[in-house]
Amino acid sequence: MLSEEEVKHIAKLARIRLTDAEIKKFSTQLTDILEYVKILEEVDVTNVEPTSQVTGLKDVMREDVVGDGGNSVIGADLLKCSPLPVQNNQIKVKPVIKQ
Amino acid sequence: MDLTNLTLKETSEGLKSKKFSSVDLTKAYFERIKKLDKNLHAYVLETEEQALKDAENADKILTSGKGSALTGIPCALKDNFNTKGVRTTCCSRILENFIPPYDATVVKKLKEAGVVILGKTNSDEFTCGGSTEHSCFGPTSNPWDVSRVAGGSSGGSACAVAADMATFALGTDTGGSIREPASFCGCVGLKVTYGRVSRSGVASFASSWDTIGPLAKTVTDAAMILQVIAGHDDFDSTTPNIPVPDYLKNIDKGVKGLKIGIPKEYFSEGIDVGVREVVMNAVKEYEKMGAEIVEISLPMTKYAVAAYYIAAPAELSANLARFDGIRYGRKPQNEGEDLLDYYFAARGEGFGDEIKRRIMIGTYVLSAGYYDAYYKKAQKVRTLIIKDFEDAFKKVDVMITPVAPIPAWKIGEKMNDPLAMYLADAFTIPINAAGVPAMSVPAGFVKGDGGVSNGAEGDLPVGIQIIGPQFSEELLFQVGHAYQKVTDWHKKRN
Repeated sequence: MLSEEEVKHIAKLARIRLTDAEIKKFSTQLTDILEYVKILEEVDVTNVEPTSQVTGLKDVMREDVVGDGGNSVIGADLLKCSPLPVQNNQIKVKPVIKQ
Repeated sequence: MDLTNLTLKETSEGLKSKKFSSVDLTKAYFERIKKLDKNLHAYVLETEEQALKDAENADKILTSGKGSALTGIPCALKDNFNTKGVRTTCCSRILENFIPPYDATVVKKLKEAGVVILGKTNSDEFTCGGSTEHSCFGPTSNPWDVSRVAGGSSGGSACAVAADMATFALGTDTGGSIREPASFCGCVGLKVTYGRVSRSGVASFASSWDTIGPLAKTVTDAAMILQVIAGHDDFDSTTPNIPVPDYLKNIDKGVKGLKIGIPKEYFSEGIDVGVREVVMNAVKEYEKMGAEIVEISLPMTKYAVAAYYIAAPAELSANLARFDGIRYGRKPQNEGEDLLDYYFAARGEGFGDEIKRRIMIGTYVLSAGYYDAYYKKAQKVRTLIIKDFEDAFKKVDVMITPVAPIPAWKIGEKMNDPLAMYLADAFTIPINAAGVPAMSVPAGFVKGDGGVSNGAEGDLPVGIQIIGPQFSEELLFQVGHAYQKVTDWHKKRN
């Protein structure tokens, strides 16, 4: 069972603000899902390696140089996507540390 | 002549032989979209003005005798493909005003081939869902019954193709998101081998599971589209440098002597009788055509959904961390006092329920103390699922299974029961776990309750799933096309 307190904690880690109604609803739904995935306890994985990549590629390297992604995109184009003000090629955000 | 019900191959031949122009074609499609899409809601954005300009340009190229098989062909893109200068939302409020500054690699390839993009199609938010109900634009309807879902997450793309509102469309498939809506709506849907098609410029859900592929009117059409979009890309380091074969070369070879595996776990409890009937009838067709049918077993099947709903949300929670209302998307209404407040507001307001659920599952299974029990365990189970498929393909050339255990459900029916919706992916998820290719091909109809169809009006389409080893797309086309030569399920329209 995932308590409402735990849901609040996870939501905080995930940087998502939830309403009280959402906390209640998600507590039940997430519990159902986590109960269901317990089925994996049946599987013996002794000496089984975990998989994170399926086609066998390993350590794909490239030069660490600034490019245009093949699309003639420059930093200024990407900065335009921000809804916040841009100053000296940087996005101006809310204060990180309270004064 | 109705231009919109032609296949891609027929359309391409018609354009080349000047039976009609791309402008005629594009206008015909928009006429149809205007007529039908009010009720179906496959599109979330129509780009008519640009499409007509592109069609004019395509006609010029065609007149000069140049152009590719796709020049002048009207198509649709799921709304998670970046399109330069054209709004791309991933059907999420958090990206409601996002205008990408560049095209995804596949979009670039399609544009170079000369396609005409009609618009962007509906999807579950960030492709998370199996019904296209989790979209900030509202659900897409099934063209066979508007009270039912189109499937998902590429529901808009499947609906657009099945209802002749595009010659083809692109979608993405992480756990069944191309194959399931293709099955529900009655078109062909191809999930490629992981890494066969570049994901660069397409919003990621679960990076080690995501694939991109076509939704098309026929198997031949799907082959023609993959021919253009497949291959290595410097901007996606997960695309192996394996040559792209000529996908049409062996498409007529037939199935005589091929070994087709029927994994028994895909026909057990939970599958509707009508669905089983459709698949078994298709298997009989293959037997008639000279294929050898072999019963096999994929014992890890029942664990795939659980492994997926740990590993995929984990990857999702990491991928979606970038959506914070700072670099892209919308500002929250209540910006708050400091940066932390801003994050909480931007993400709390911007994400819908299903995304919130999955980000929280992902955050939970990756958090200290749970990582080994959940995430690492899931990745080990994934290894065993891969082994299942490796063992099976030592015995058979391809496998045939149902796509989903049930047909399209009523809109709203499963909205409060996420787990029930997840289980509809039980037969598609294992394929993504193993990274192998699979294709959904229309194979018949079932009753709305999953019963055996007696050909009545209102029955729903169902597909078969043809599965092959990694990088065997050519073989899948060969097997799928053989079936479409002797059946006409793919020609049925509501």
